[in-house]
Amino acid sequence: MCQDELNALQRCQRGSREAFGLLVNMYKKDAYFIALGLVGNREDALDLSQEAFVRAYRHIRDVQPGRRFFPWFYQILRNLCVSHLRKRKHRLAASLDDTNCPEVEAQGDSFSPDAVVGQAETRKIVWEAISRLEPKHREVIVLRHFRNMSYEEIAEALGCNKGTITSRLYYARSRLKELLGPAKGGVLHDVP
Amino acid sequence: MTCHDYRDLMMGYLDNELTPEQRNRFEAHLSGCDMCRQELRQFRKLKAITDEVTLAEPEDRLWQDYWCGVYNRIERGVGWIVFSVAAILLAVYGGFKLVETIIEDPTVGMLLKAGLLALIAGLAILFISALRERLYFWGKDRYRNVRR
Repeated sequence: MCQDELNALQRCQRGSREAFGLLVNMYKKDAYFIALGLVGNREDALDLSQEAFVRAYRHIRDVQPGRRFFPWFYQILRNLCVSHLRKRKHRLAASLDDTNCPEVEAQGDSFSPDAVVGQAETRKIVWEAISRLEPKHREVIVLRHFRNMSYEEIAEALGCNKGTITSRLYYARSRLKELLGPAKGGVLHDVP
Repeated sequence: MTCHDYRDLMMGYLDNELTPEQRNRFEAHLSGCDMCRQELRQFRKLKAITDEVTLAEPEDRLWQDYWCGVYNRIERGVGWIVFSVAAILLAVYGGFKLVETIIEDPTVGMLLKAGLLALIAGLAILFISALRERLYFWGKDRYRNVRR
């Protein structure tokens, strides 16, 4: 574990807000980008990642001595994002009920295309496919592809073993393959 | 081992996460299995197009103001707690004084006084009941020390 992080965490547990500021600066990018990958738009990602830090600050004494901050913090961020997605899905379902459009597919996750960069067409299609994954599958794709985390880091953040991570990655990628494959007129077959 | 058992190794192979021994084992399987070779080829294509997509970097201002945003929220949270505690104290004190005034006022009818006392008694019973239920379930909760 990084010594700076350990020191900041200990000082923070003794009530130093300045030390918490150091932890925020260490992990703000990870927090924001993970939230962006999970919920799909910038405003919500900023709001949720900041809220996660606020909650972490309130419960900072719960971090056990010797444990790293990030895996503990990640659980807070993840719960907030999942709960946000759930609310958004219910809101969308309710609004569809109100407008009497049962034929419109309840695609709960309004993923904004400007959240990602890359080759325009591919970007749009891949991002849309990722938005259609189940949250637990989207999560491993985000951590692996967008944050470049190792299996060990992902396993630590998710609180499970490496076997579970590889298995989830397999199912997540298989589903993506389905969504991007020729059967869906997708982009996979265009890649040499 | 069946192809199904090699799925996890395939992901590790794709992401360079295997030990040399696991890599050799997987490559040995791959050399004799068309299905896995085909599947690996598709996963490689998928990885290539997924890697083309990156999350958009926000403006620098967002990072500069980030801690400020978190700090303000923390401070406001403390403000709300202090405000709520003070509001509850004042409401209880005001309520108590109001009830006292009504009870002591000889011009207020007995029926109104009785109704008021019954209302307070009802609220107290409801509060104690909810509190007892909370404490009972908290005491029985086997998972209360489990960290999420």
